[in-house]
Amino acid sequence: MNKPVDIAETRLDDTPHYLAMRNNAPAKASPLMTLLGPENYRLARNIFKNPLSLIGIALIVLFIGVSLAAPLIAPPYATRDPYKIPRDGYGPIPKEPGTVWRNNPPPLPVWLKALGFSEWIHLFGTSSGQWDIFYGVIWGARSALKVGVIIEGLTLLIGILVGSLSGYYSGRVDAILMRFTEIFMTFPFLLAALTLSAILTPILGKGLWPASIALIVFGWMSYARLIRGDVLTVREREYVLAARVIGAKDSRILSKHIIPNAIYPTMVLASLDIGTIVVSFAALSFLGIGTEVGYADWGQLISFARNWIPDLGHYWYILVFPGVALLLFVLGWNLLGDALRDILDPRMRGRGN
Amino acid sequence: MLQFIIRRILIMPFILFGVTVLIFLMISFLSPSDRAALYVRDIPKNDAVMDGIIKRYGLDRPIYEQYWWWLVGRQDQVSGEMIGGILRGNFGYSRSASQPVAKLIARRFPATVELTLYSILPIIGIGVFLGIAAAVNHNKPIDQITRVFSIIGYSFPSFVFGLLALMVLYAELQWFPPGRLSPWASQVVDSPLFHSFTYLVTVDALLNGRVDIFLDALRHLALPIITLSYINWALYLRVTRSSMLETLRQEYVVTARAKGLTERGVVNAHARPNALIPVATLGGITIASMLGGVVITETIFDYPGIGSAAGAAAAQLDVITVLSFTLMTGGILILANLVVDILYAFLDPRVRLS
Repeated sequence: MNKPVDIAETRLDDTPHYLAMRNNAPAKASPLMTLLGPENYRLARNIFKNPLSLIGIALIVLFIGVSLAAPLIAPPYATRDPYKIPRDGYGPIPKEPGTVWRNNPPPLPVWLKALGFSEWIHLFGTSSGQWDIFYGVIWGARSALKVGVIIEGLTLLIGILVGSLSGYYSGRVDAILMRFTEIFMTFPFLLAALTLSAILTPILGKGLWPASIALIVFGWMSYARLIRGDVLTVREREYVLAARVIGAKDSRILSKHIIPNAIYPTMVLASLDIGTIVVSFAALSFLGIGTEVGYADWGQLISFARNWIPDLGHYWYILVFPGVALLLFVLGWNLLGDALRDILDPRMRGRGN
Repeated sequence: MLQFIIRRILIMPFILFGVTVLIFLMISFLSPSDRAALYVRDIPKNDAVMDGIIKRYGLDRPIYEQYWWWLVGRQDQVSGEMIGGILRGNFGYSRSASQPVAKLIARRFPATVELTLYSILPIIGIGVFLGIAAAVNHNKPIDQITRVFSIIGYSFPSFVFGLLALMVLYAELQWFPPGRLSPWASQVVDSPLFHSFTYLVTVDALLNGRVDIFLDALRHLALPIITLSYINWALYLRVTRSSMLETLRQEYVVTARAKGLTERGVVNAHARPNALIPVATLGGITIASMLGGVVITETIFDYPGIGSAAGAAAAQLDVITVLSFTLMTGGILILANLVVDILYAFLDPRVRLS
């Protein structure tokens, strides 16, 4: 592997502003550049220049907006868990989009009133069991983000712990931790996650946790390896040596000097894996190892379509609305991630498969 | 080179040991009555009988003893037979499929092998074709289009793509049905007149001279093949493209151009063979993981292979079964990784000669 390239040293000179600065014309540097610093400025400029990553950002912003505004877009009943999808009766036959909500509709949202409607309609139809698909898709955005952030955060935490200990202590600790990592990497990801969530479901009950824990336990390895590599280079820097010379303890050197300087690239890339995490979670939910029936979760909603396969042409809306929501969510993160990986770090090119 | 292979082979037992320990740790989370499925077909409801089973199979013994018995088996004190022992092929009983796990694997495996055989060609062939087209036309429209195509491909959750494919190609157009065979065809296949030589339906159909059954099986294979191809193309496209771009920058390629070869000759004779080395190794891993069962694709299309059995078992919280599949697939992957590493060394003279 090539020697890791220091980000600050790469390709700075292709920005016109840098050229301008070199020619002693600092007045031409845009205020944005002084605000962000030359490196972040380059990053931001490259991201906003690329139409694909722009679409990605737009999608991510859209989903964050929807999940924040979920109580306004689809107000829940005042007294119930908002993540539980309200249902319009219990009939087995799905209802078409646009059908009026007959039984016990939740509060009418303001925007629907403003459009001149006086009662709730099933905008995206209902699935078998009369769960409202629109409500599920909107609140599903919220649970997707929640699940994605929690799982990603905890996965990264384990990765940082294992990777930094391994890189810092090297020698025997490193050998043991890396063999340990290798053993975890041997497992087929989906099957292992299925197994662990099947074990945890009777213990913890159905819900977000069994599948989340399973995805964390079998998902941290690549981060540990990346961080280990970065720690190995940071460890040799002079300021670390200086800290050691003045007698700083290992724990202090690690937490104050090494980790903050080694985790930045991995953290950015990890945050972009949220899309992939959400798909894995949805896959487990789809297979029936995840949330309870009726929880606002896209994988769960999509799994309703399995009961109608011969008639999907007629009941397309049970599949298409939640399916497209999930696809666009992942697409958003991947579009941004793809662009960022190319810009951020040449070592990362082609990762993220 | 030889040293490298020996080191890889020496490290393998440790990895295998670690994997089995980890799996058994997961088993030890289960209650004794769940663990009893390792040894008995029906879990009794009666407490007294259950206690007898716990004693008989040592489910209350220290965990390292239980691990050892699980691994190598032991003699039953009551009947004197050998029981358990995953090394002897005893994985326990599958509650969801009501048969021994080993038998379930044996019965489901041919379908998965068949799916793998038919999918791997379009996955690698078309993926590589697109990747080379993108690299040769670097930054031209073809490159941009395939890039968008591949980002959408790897973003598409396989179950969403699969269900959409079912909606259009089965529910609407009635072209490709799910399952493995039509009812009339499976009747023929199950009849005594039909000889199953390989349990690969397409092969057996041809050997029996039944072209109609061969075509029926192909029709059923179409949807899983399409789905697996589309979600895997992105990977091959990207790997081929970046490897090809790197190769085209090498000095020997410049030399080939300088001596007056056509661009086509440069690509076909000089760049492509070297650029495809990483693809060959990737192909090995894809085949191995597909042989372990593609859980979601097989489940959606109701295809009776290893993957759909694992999916069904997990949905019924039949841990012993899913776990055995995990173990089996893990084993296949370890072997495949070893083979691929060795293959890599043979294909790449820079590794071979160092």
